[in-house]
Amino acid sequence: MKQGVYSMIKYLLAMLFTVTSLNAASGSVKKINGAGASFPYPLYSKWISEYTKQNPETQINYQSIGSGGGIRQVQKETVDFGASDAPMKDDDLKKVSFEIKHIPTVLGAVVVAYNIKGIEGQLNLDGDTLSKIFLGKITKWNDPAIVAMNKTATLPKEDILIVHRADGSGTTSIFSEYLSKISADWKSSVGEGKTLEWPVGIGAKGNEGVTAMIKQTSGAIGYIGLEYALTNDIAMAKLKNKKGEFVNPSVDAVSKSAAGIKNFDGDMRMSITDADAKGAYPISAFTYILLPLRTNNAEALDEVKKFVKWGLTLGQAMAPELNYAPLPVALRDALLERIK
Amino acid sequence: MNTFEINKESKWGRIVFFPFAFKSFFSVTKKEKWSKAFLSFVALFAIFIFILFIIYMFKASWKSILEFGPSFITSNSWNPVEDEFGALAFLYGTVVTSFLAVCMAAPLSIGVAIFINEVCSENIGKIVSVFVEMIAAVPSIVFGLWALFYLSPWVKNSIAPPLTALADYIPIFKGPSFGIGILTASLILAIMIVPTISSICREVFKNIPSHQKEAALALGATRYEMIKLSILMPSISGIMGAVVLGLGRALGETMAVAMVIGNSAKITFSIFAPAATMASVIANEYAEAENDLHLSSLAFIGLLLFLVTLIVNGLSRYIVWRVLGSKKEK
Repeated sequence: MKQGVYSMIKYLLAMLFTVTSLNAASGSVKKINGAGASFPYPLYSKWISEYTKQNPETQINYQSIGSGGGIRQVQKETVDFGASDAPMKDDDLKKVSFEIKHIPTVLGAVVVAYNIKGIEGQLNLDGDTLSKIFLGKITKWNDPAIVAMNKTATLPKEDILIVHRADGSGTTSIFSEYLSKISADWKSSVGEGKTLEWPVGIGAKGNEGVTAMIKQTSGAIGYIGLEYALTNDIAMAKLKNKKGEFVNPSVDAVSKSAAGIKNFDGDMRMSITDADAKGAYPISAFTYILLPLRTNNAEALDEVKKFVKWGLTLGQAMAPELNYAPLPVALRDALLERIK
Repeated sequence: MNTFEINKESKWGRIVFFPFAFKSFFSVTKKEKWSKAFLSFVALFAIFIFILFIIYMFKASWKSILEFGPSFITSNSWNPVEDEFGALAFLYGTVVTSFLAVCMAAPLSIGVAIFINEVCSENIGKIVSVFVEMIAAVPSIVFGLWALFYLSPWVKNSIAPPLTALADYIPIFKGPSFGIGILTASLILAIMIVPTISSICREVFKNIPSHQKEAALALGATRYEMIKLSILMPSISGIMGAVVLGLGRALGETMAVAMVIGNSAKITFSIFAPAATMASVIANEYAEAENDLHLSSLAFIGLLLFLVTLIVNGLSRYIVWRVLGSKKEK
């Protein structure tokens, strides 16, 4: 009996020893944890895999749990960095004792996708008409407001079906922020946010759900992330920007919307929708890495900074192939200056 | 004693064979005592987790409970931008889709159960029951995708047009169908709950003593009459229990429903219109909730859903127990 207990203890000790020695072997690896937005996840995983190839002593773990989750994890101090599409609100920043720095990494955009039978070429739309469509005030495709911008196209007398996101999403947030900027009516009756009380239309889950709905339904219109639209071969509208040009959504046009930024030193939590720049696509936005400047976490913070700097320099070249818009060079240089 | 026993006594043998060495540590009576303690611990742990769960749900939804109180259930405004939350539309969506699903699935499942138990040969019955039960093993996301890409175009093109053409003066068939909405969600739910209902129905039917069936046949009943008189009629409350259990499953189904219901927090009577359910709104909005009140309201919906399924489950258990209990007394 006694011997049995001894052997049991020995067994447990042996187990413990193996576990701790395994840990000790991996002690030299620096681990950093991040969590947040799912929109830049493909790009960040590419960055992480390339970065760790060049810096094998660092291990980076990024969980795409959504922007809201990223912000909460940063506030709870469970991660070394967060990521969010929409910048944090002042209230959220005040909840913690440390400073949280917003570093834009790349740009994304929201495109207006549609499915109209027998229309040639791309549909042209301006912000005001777009807001009226999504408010349910324009209900037919051959409405004079749409026809006026698309004189060459023969638009059918078909009902417009609005498809929006059902899940809370940064895409919705950017889209509604743009519409609120353009239309006072939208701002007062719907507003901006990740989840809205939609006056009309049906909600589909995720970019993939919205895309599937639009592709299946003649007369449908909806909004999806540019990165998703480009890989899924769907008709996208040209939108009128502040300069009065109808701009085709593309990685270049999105980058241009950040080119007009003059003030690099201040708060990077800025809106770049409806940017006043030539060739800029109007529904663009930054996606951010959130850097919590916690004093109790200096070592990990340095590692994160190194990684972010790498992303802002070498990482930028990988953005276009994954359909993200890289930052304009001037902005990027200013950011690198700030991270030091 | 064999060599296996000898090896176990060596130093490394003890480590390697530790899981099998239980016998040598404890005498038989000790083992009895320990295993009893262990089992009671596990059982108590399950109850403990359940209680913790309820406490947590209340804690998570407390902010919303204080803010809205009972008006949360009676208001159908869900506007995260304005911080107005009310669950009526979701309650309605959940109840309507589940009810429709049960209406479609119940006759089908009872038919399947009778076919397997009474009509076909034993071997074919085995094969059919394997296939029916396999439906239960399909992950709900797969059902959701299938419904989104195949069921919803079918509803839009083949089911909705004749219904609206024939009967659009009835409010429930009004309006255009875009393929996703209450009807599609109910259809996919119906398919998903068929295995639940049919397997419980089969158990209920098995409870019927065979002399009862033989008696019916001996009195000159046809097979159809025998099934009606001696199987269906006496097990009606058992069937009810099975149906309510299926209803319970339908109430909580999340993924597949979220993908095809249209997720619109409005109360409409047309079965072609989009709606939203309690489970789907939680799945959709929790990850990206705007603020604490939004999160807490979603937790409140979770609490309500929990309450609804608890009531439904309790009801079904009561019915099933009554049936099985009365059978034993005989």
